[in-house]
Amino acid sequence: MYDTIIIGAGMSGLAAGIRLAHFNQRVCVLERHYTIGGLNSFYRLGGRDYDVGLHAVTNFTPKGAKKGPLARLLRQLRFKWEDFSLSPQIGSTIAFPDVQLQFGNGLELLEAEIAAKFPAQKDAFQQLLAKIIDYDDLDENNFGGSTRAVLSATISDPLLIEMLLCPLMWYGNAREHDMDFGQFCIMFRSIFMEGFARPFAGVRLILKNLVRRFRSLGGELKLRSGVERIKVKDGKAIGVVLDSGEELEGRRILSSAGLVETIRLCEDITEVDEQQAGQMSFTESISILDKQPKQLGFDRTIVFYNDSDTFHWQRPTDALCDMRTGVICSPNNYMYDESDGDLPDGVIRITTIADSDRWMALSEDEYKLEKLRWYDRTIASAVRFIPDFRGHVIDTDMFTPNTIRRFTWHDNGAVYGAPEKRLDGTTHLPNLFLCGTDQGFVGIIGSIVSGISIANQHCLRE
Amino acid sequence: MTPAEIRDEILDILEDIAPDEDLGDLKDEVAFREQLELDSMDFLDIVMELRKRHRVQVPEEDYGQLASMQSTVTYLTPLMKDLQKA
Repeated sequence: MYDTIIIGAGMSGLAAGIRLAHFNQRVCVLERHYTIGGLNSFYRLGGRDYDVGLHAVTNFTPKGAKKGPLARLLRQLRFKWEDFSLSPQIGSTIAFPDVQLQFGNGLELLEAEIAAKFPAQKDAFQQLLAKIIDYDDLDENNFGGSTRAVLSATISDPLLIEMLLCPLMWYGNAREHDMDFGQFCIMFRSIFMEGFARPFAGVRLILKNLVRRFRSLGGELKLRSGVERIKVKDGKAIGVVLDSGEELEGRRILSSAGLVETIRLCEDITEVDEQQAGQMSFTESISILDKQPKQLGFDRTIVFYNDSDTFHWQRPTDALCDMRTGVICSPNNYMYDESDGDLPDGVIRITTIADSDRWMALSEDEYKLEKLRWYDRTIASAVRFIPDFRGHVIDTDMFTPNTIRRFTWHDNGAVYGAPEKRLDGTTHLPNLFLCGTDQGFVGIIGSIVSGISIANQHCLRE
Repeated sequence: MTPAEIRDEILDILEDIAPDEDLGDLKDEVAFREQLELDSMDFLDIVMELRKRHRVQVPEEDYGQLASMQSTVTYLTPLMKDLQKA
């Protein structure tokens, strides 16, 4: 009998596992896939290391910062700041056809850029900042509400509104078109006020630290252990049945599988409202270059591009992918320690919005062909905004909504989960809880904080 | 444990929770919140560590007793007087 069974060995499940095992609970983390990480994972192909999932750790604050989610999670998990080996970004860009805004870690550069390029909006931007700072992210009642309504009441230049929304929606908005104001404030702080960083060794370093700590505290991790159903008796969860038929008993269950996906596993539920599942899924086209991107004149960490003055955040309606907007990331372009040197290869990753239904309906042969076709279109679209690197590509890979679905088991390969978040982590069963993207926090740091806070609220107080 | 030993134990827990804080200048009569950057999650951790290390249960309605070092030691003295220092 486990004290807590955790479904999913991603950031949130592993973080929750560490908290519970640290306080002497008997905990088991179950993972359907053959490896850890979920959305934020990694693999090796053709002798090279690849990351999947996010381009950057957001919420980066420097060593010694005592406020903010990164400091909070380090204390809660008893890690030292150095354990995550985070190197800050060089600098990033929001690129629209006629205007570009540069930003770095901390607000200074963005404020200067807005003052220079939108001088009439300087005061309005300060008013917006005041609203964001006033937002209390622990008060769930404030979370909903239209970000577009708040922005158009504050800022009178529609182009600046679109340019601010572009990176924040790209990095964590599960809702199409508009964004919950609470989510906007969380994303604004994590990207514009805190910032981007990355470990030289990639996301695997953070994941391996989490797993090592979890196991050293006596936690059990079972890979290739998909949950076939959650057993329910007298209105309570009593355990799980694995795909293999093996049964595990638990006093409570914490699931990072997603809201719809978790409820569907429960024996007592016969129908779920699949319309609640998220719609926003992506492809990512990865190019390995024969040079460091800097040698080709490209030193940006992340570029959020959009090819008109209006930013469209929606699932494509007429094609496999939407070529109007995307995100370009180069893991080479961080300020790594001199002792680390450069990454072995130049890498450029480009993300586009994709229609998961169209991707999943393809036959195996069509799928291979469409991957090639959309890789080419994606790169052609992106090089409108950065130096053309196509003559230097020595290897490529691509992931699609199908890949995301396989790694995360989320309906529609929805990267940021369902639009309606379950901020308190509760479900229809008193001892079944949610953590991870559908609880509400996104990003690497957000997911870890989600696991910690739900473990604290529901699994440690008794 | 004597009050002095309980104080040492609380310091040890605080070091564990907030390794970057300088606890040398901690004023016993001033609230932790005013001297250290502790949030509600950290306060829960003091309670959890007491339970883990010493099997001392602090009920939720008594969390306010843990506001400063002085009040914490006063509150814990009767609960921990029969425990041996590890």
